[in-house]
This record gives sequence, structure tokens and C-alpha cells, in this order.
Amino acid sequence: MNWQWFHRWSSPRWFYEKTGPWLPWLATAAVLMLLIGSAWGLCFAPIHSQQGNSYRIIYIHVPASFLALAGYYVMAISGAIGLIWRIKLSFMVMKAAAPLGAVLTFISLVTGAIWGKPTWGAWWVWDARITSMLVLFFLYLGMIALQEAYENQESADKTSAILALVGMINVPIIYKSVDWWFTLHQPATLKLTGNSSIHPSMAYPLIWMIVSFYLTYAWLLLERVRLEILQREKRTRWVQELVNLAT
Amino acid sequence: MIQLPGLGTLLMASVKRDLLLAFRNRGDIANPAIFFLSVLVFVPLGISPEAAVLAPIAPGMIWILALLATLLSLDRLFKGDFEDGSLEQMAISGQPLYWLVMVKALVHWLITGLPLTLLAPLLGVMMALPDAGFGPLIASLLLGSGSLSLVGSIGAALTVALRRGGLLLSLIIMPLYVPVLIFGTGAVRNAIEGFAFSGQLAVLGAYFTGALLLAPLAAAGALRIGLNQ
Repeated sequence: MNWQWFHRWSSPRWFYEKTGPWLPWLATAAVLMLLIGSAWGLCFAPIHSQQGNSYRIIYIHVPASFLALAGYYVMAISGAIGLIWRIKLSFMVMKAAAPLGAVLTFISLVTGAIWGKPTWGAWWVWDARITSMLVLFFLYLGMIALQEAYENQESADKTSAILALVGMINVPIIYKSVDWWFTLHQPATLKLTGNSSIHPSMAYPLIWMIVSFYLTYAWLLLERVRLEILQREKRTRWVQELVNLAT
Repeated sequence: MIQLPGLGTLLMASVKRDLLLAFRNRGDIANPAIFFLSVLVFVPLGISPEAAVLAPIAPGMIWILALLATLLSLDRLFKGDFEDGSLEQMAISGQPLYWLVMVKALVHWLITGLPLTLLAPLLGVMMALPDAGFGPLIASLLLGSGSLSLVGSIGAALTVALRRGGLLLSLIIMPLYVPVLIFGTGAVRNAIEGFAFSGQLAVLGAYFTGALLLAPLAAAGALRIGLNQ
């Protein structure tokens, strides 16, 4: 197999130059889809028979939770690629993914609390899913803190990649154990959704929003990785020429 | 040509050395146990001295205190050897760092996990733990504290090169301790309520086995990075 493309794409400079033209398209598509999806979900989707309008927060809450989890795997897998093949670009993706994931987890927790108040009557309930999201939030914070603690970038990259991998093995275990803890101590007095089957007229905007969150995530991740490239390669000639051209 | 010592000799020597070091600085052994006992005093003072209040929270409280005491002692796990250069010597000795981490975790367990487990019944009495809970409390702590030392060694290795890694160490290790805490307290609570608790002990055992196989691997990798810095 021809691996030339792989080596080319792992070069920060090549990556920076080739992804530049994608940005406007990606950004436009992401923003447009988010706007359409929000309007569809918040204004045009039918009212829920039991929860009224308050259920509409799922159009933010569910996609954010999806991406918060997927983001952890993006981070851990790019960390693993960086460790195994010693690719610097991959470490940059890992570093860029950590704050994004933390923010998404935070959004998911906050929207969950806002949704919980009218439906459950409490801002915070120690439900299995909420608790595991909180643990995930701490995992992200640990990654960011470890990344910041090292002054030497190479050590920061490698140690946080190991932490991400250890976390990746542990995330399913933590999820399962929290699930088990919940089912044991609080028999299902609360259910996240009364009827698990969601009507298509509510599901379509939700799927639309999930796709647009994925697009937005890709766009923001790309922007952050490109910034990281500029930051780390600031002493190289190509970055300096780029800056000189711009000013 | 000089005959280098084999792995077995080296491991025996490092167990002896670490134990000797620990016994020379008695504080290292005593501090977690003293912390464990002294914080327990705050529980009746802060919550209530009534047995009816203390008994239901006893399993969780004892487990949380054991976890915190372990966490406090982790910071020094590799620090001393890192600072005086002996860790570097171990890394270039040609023997796998994996086994050296294993020995360090074992000694750490011997001087913190084991004393905490042995102290736990005393705390149980002070917290009015129901009689049925004592056996499972000791069993779960015995199994669980091994995992705490092993998983904790990863955190200690990741922060070894940092001057102030203590707080960071707690932050990155806490989420990984969640399953141990859940199943540890679960076993004791089940026993008190009269249910079977062998399942929880089995899960603790499984977590311990996984940690035994994988944690030294991650910790050894992290130590190498710390040494190369």
C-alpha cells in the first residue's frame, strides 16, 4: 500500500496549507445547519404531550452529550496515534480536542440541569447518566491540567496521551459501574423520557441537530489545530513568511 | 566481564530497599493511618454522634477516607527516587521498568493499603457499623486498596517530573477510582442489608487483575517520559 499520503498529511505545514480552503465551506455549512436545526427544533417541532415546550432543550442537550463522549475518543485515539507513530500533528489534535470536549460536557450538564428543573423538580439529581457525565468532565479537566502543567511541550504531549489512553480503558468501566450503582440504590423512580420511542416529527430535527453538532465540532477542532500548528511552528520559516504576508 | 544480577535478585533487592526506606522515615507509614483516624473524628462532630445516623453512612465514609488517605500518600511514590537519581539508575539497569513499578506499588500497598485495611474494623466500631459489615469491609478493602495503589502509580508517574504535582495527581486519579469506590461500598452495604456480596468482590477482583496487568505498563511509560525531560 502506498503510505505517501499518510506521511504528507502528518506534516503540520502540509496540513495547515491544505485545510485552509476547507474552512469557509465547513464554517458556512456548520452555522447554516445549526441555525436551521435550531429553528426547526425550537419553533416548528410539535409540542410534547407531557412535557410541553420544555422538552425542546433536547435539541441542544442530546447532541452536546453525544459529542462530549465522541470527543473523548477523538482525543484518546489521536493521542495513541501520536504515541505509536510519533506524529506531532496527532498530539496537536489531542490537545485541541480537550477543551472542546470539556465545554461540550459542561453544556450537556447545564442543559440537563435546566431541563431537570421543570420535569423532575430539581436542578440536580444523582442519576447514573448525569453522574457519569460529571466524571467525564473531571477526566477532561485532568487532561487540560496535565497539558498545562508541563513546560516542555513534548513531555506534556506524551504524558497526556498516556492519561487519555488510561481514561479510554476506564470510561466504559466507569459508565458500567455508575449504571450498576444507580440501578441498585434508586429503582427507576425517574425516567429520562416517559416514552422511549420518539415521534418522527421530533426525531428528524434531533438527527439534524446531531449532524450539525458534528460539523461544528469538526470545524472548531480544525480551527484549534491550525492555531496550535502556528503556535508551535512559529520559529519556522514558513510560518514567519505567512505572518509577514498577512501584515 | 561483570555478571549483572538477574531480574529476581533485583526485585528482591528493591522490595527490601523500599521497605527499609519506608521504615527509616516512619512518617511515611504512620501519616496515612493517622489521617484515616483523625478525619473520622470529624464525622460525628460534623454530622451527628447518633448511631442511627452513623451506621448507614459508615461503609461509604470508611471507604472514602481510605481512598483519600491513599491519595495523599501517592505523591511520594516515585518522587524520592526521581529526585536523587536512583530512578534513572533503575531505568538504565537493563531490567524492565514494568516490574520495578510493580514492586513500588506492592511496597506502597504494604505500607498504606494493608495498614488501612487492618485499621478499618476499629473505624467500623467507632462508626457503629452493623456486625454483618465487618467481614465484607475488610475483604473489599483488601482487594480494592491493591487497585488504588496500582492505578495511583499511573498518576504518580505522570506527575513525577512536576514540582507541585500533588493536587494535579488527585484530579487525574479521582475519576479512575470511581469503580473501586462504588463496588467497595456496594459489597459492605449489600452484606448489611442481607444480600449476596460476592458479585461486588468479584468485580473488585477483576478490576484489580486488570490494574495489575495494565497499570504498571502505563506507569512505566510515563516514568520514561518524566526521566527524558
